[in-house]
Amino acid sequence: MGEQVYFEDVEVDASIPDLEKRPSTLQLALWAAGSGDFYQIHYDKDFAIAAGLDGIIVHGALKHAFLGEVVHRWIAPGGRIKRLACSYRGMDLPDRRLTQRGRVVKKHQEGGHNIVELEIWSENEQGEPTTPGTAVVTLPSRSSG
Amino acid sequence: MPSDDQAFPSVVTDAMRARIGVDGVPAEFEVTTSSVRAFARAVGYEDRVFYNRDEARRRGHRDLPAPPGYLGSIVFDPSWPDTIWGRPEGFLPRMDTPYAQILNGGNDVEYFDEEICAGDLLTASAKIEGFNERYSSALGGPMLIQVTSITYKNQHGTVVAVMRNTSLSYGEKKES
Repeated sequence: MGEQVYFEDVEVDASIPDLEKRPSTLQLALWAAGSGDFYQIHYDKDFAIAAGLDGIIVHGALKHAFLGEVVHRWIAPGGRIKRLACSYRGMDLPDRRLTQRGRVVKKHQEGGHNIVELEIWSENEQGEPTTPGTAVVTLPSRSSG
Repeated sequence: MPSDDQAFPSVVTDAMRARIGVDGVPAEFEVTTSSVRAFARAVGYEDRVFYNRDEARRRGHRDLPAPPGYLGSIVFDPSWPDTIWGRPEGFLPRMDTPYAQILNGGNDVEYFDEEICAGDLLTASAKIEGFNERYSSALGGPMLIQVTSITYKNQHGTVVAVMRNTSLSYGEKKES
């Protein structure tokens, strides 16, 4: 975690620091337990293939959580996530690099809140955005802390 | 209504349409220090705010805060038949579609003013927001898109989060 990012310092179109992941099957098992999603396509290869997939796939909601982490790392400790959304456009396989990225698209003040809107996405090893999404966060201000 | 050149019959029935906007059976989700740590560990967080109470309180949280996307763990009852999610019968209405497979199409979580922290007991209630049908070239056939919203209230009755899920149903059922 770096220094606090303040609302005044945010520039539209600026990128936020990337977050690289390489979800292993161990991580998928931890996720099944941590999230309560025990759908077999995420840990049983035979089941996944019988369901028409190439093999075990990474949980969509884990990628949602990875995007939550890339945003959290940028806004912590003083910012808050108001909305975190993504679509699963492409499947991701375990043991492959998955890079979480984000870019500021808008900043405005509303009802005393300093609001920043981001475009966020997870990108596979081929550079394809398999999981595009959006985030809305509030950030502290240099003047009001 | 099919919106692609590839024509296919609609699978949305009147019975399915009648379920739009109807609240399902509510379920309770607990947020505990252990469950917050398990979720944070699964994602790979290194920020101690999700693991250490002193750090969480020093940073102004009541207790360990729920990481983004974490909305508690189901308070399970062994009489429920759902072995995948452990949710009570009727939490989501059972939809009898001709499709064999289902995939998660997207998640959208909206948070409100009150933070979710360890020690909270959330009550969640799900409802179907609507159906859509499209031909998917990626899946090689028609798919049914179902949007469900789940509203989470804390132990004080305050809405703390709304999660909208998009699910995609596709693929022919095999003859058994």
